[in-house]
Amino acid sequence: MTDNGDRMIDEGGPVAPVAEATGILEPYEVFRQEKDGEPMRHGGNVMAPDAELALHYAREMFSRRGESVRLWVVRRADIGVLDDLDLLQPPLDRSFKKPGGYLMRDKLAAARGRAGTSKPKARQ
Amino acid sequence: MTDPLAMDPVLLLPDRSARPWNEDLPQDERFALFEAHVTGGGKIEPGDWMPDEYRTAVLRFVEMHANSELMGVLPEREWIMRAPTLKRKLALTAKVQDEVGHAQLLYRVAEDLGKPREEMFDDLLAGKTKFHNVFHYPTRTWADIGIIAWLVDAAAIVAQQALRDSSYAPYARTMQKICWEESVHIMHGRDVVVTLMNGTDSQRAMVQEALDRWWGPLMQMHGPHSDRSKDRDLHWRIKAKTSEELRQEFLTIYVPRLLELGLRIPDPHLRYDKAAGEWRYTDPDWAELRTVVTNHGPMSQARLEFRRVNREATAWVRETILAEPRAVA
Repeated sequence: MTDNGDRMIDEGGPVAPVAEATGILEPYEVFRQEKDGEPMRHGGNVMAPDAELALHYAREMFSRRGESVRLWVVRRADIGVLDDLDLLQPPLDRSFKKPGGYLMRDKLAAARGRAGTSKPKARQ
Repeated sequence: MTDPLAMDPVLLLPDRSARPWNEDLPQDERFALFEAHVTGGGKIEPGDWMPDEYRTAVLRFVEMHANSELMGVLPEREWIMRAPTLKRKLALTAKVQDEVGHAQLLYRVAEDLGKPREEMFDDLLAGKTKFHNVFHYPTRTWADIGIIAWLVDAAAIVAQQALRDSSYAPYARTMQKICWEESVHIMHGRDVVVTLMNGTDSQRAMVQEALDRWWGPLMQMHGPHSDRSKDRDLHWRIKAKTSEELRQEFLTIYVPRLLELGLRIPDPHLRYDKAAGEWRYTDPDWAELRTVVTNHGPMSQARLEFRRVNREATAWVRETILAEPRAVA
């Protein structure tokens, strides 16, 4: 890191192009990465008049103690939402897609009985 | 709301996110800092600067993985219409959908490294890039479907679990989801095999025959022994384990589970050497591996031809999507 305190902040950066300030505050959702390599997780949101200020506010709110290594700041209006449970969790039996859909204990015991084998020892 | 003027010190935005290997440094210094970061267990994100050597190595690895997921559904797809029950048909269809989904995720990771998807398809179909050996073979019986879903996926998951620690963070994160789904495929495959083993003599014989055919390709799947110190992908921590470590791990978990069912493993020299703490086995047929992965396997050309025809037949979908101007909000 270098200190470039004498340079203006609007020289570029991750927010390009910088949105025109409209004088109206809008919610921006903030996603944060806690550690290098971790997934981005929703942290909360800030109100800001434009994308650039949203980034500054997000930094103040979500990493002022250095608790993030990366933030993604997205205008809430730009987020596509799908929360229809009929689509996301259709009420049909999908057990074949889950580990619990395969109960093999009795089948394995039957196969061992026929083959005259015993259960493999648990791995260390 | 926070006063932005209260922030300290005010850095230029690019500097705030700058990695130690910033662009003001000479190339070799930058390279050294990057290398120290990665070999020390650090992670790399798509926007980070990376040396061409690293980018190329990750791309090559991920692209091969993506190709394998895409081509890997073809042997199984042939059995969807022949699945013995509705539940098996649903499970097999779901598995095929999952694997294509994995290809989608992995092609996205590869695209972010700079190679367009269409170019990756061109190279795959032209034989310039490869896909895993096990997907170059025919599926002759329903038992093949059990053996593939159980053991091919198991051999793959052994490798994929180690990849959750990859230095390339988007790949490592993608592997979390992939491993979760693969674990269900393994249950499905094992359930198919165990059910057949509890069936008739001819069903048991069918499983044994399938295992006899698949054992060779399974043992070749992770590749020949490699020298840890010379493996570029290990050095960059793109992957975490050598081919031999993966093969040993696979044998440790799955040999007992195969024997449990009364199956015979078609290798007279397979045994666990307690003193050495590792499995001994007949050296896999590496000539066969080379022949097969260079698209001279029994089904290589047929499977590539299927992709060619399919790509042409679905071209209109891509054209339709791309032709529409994007609606302006």
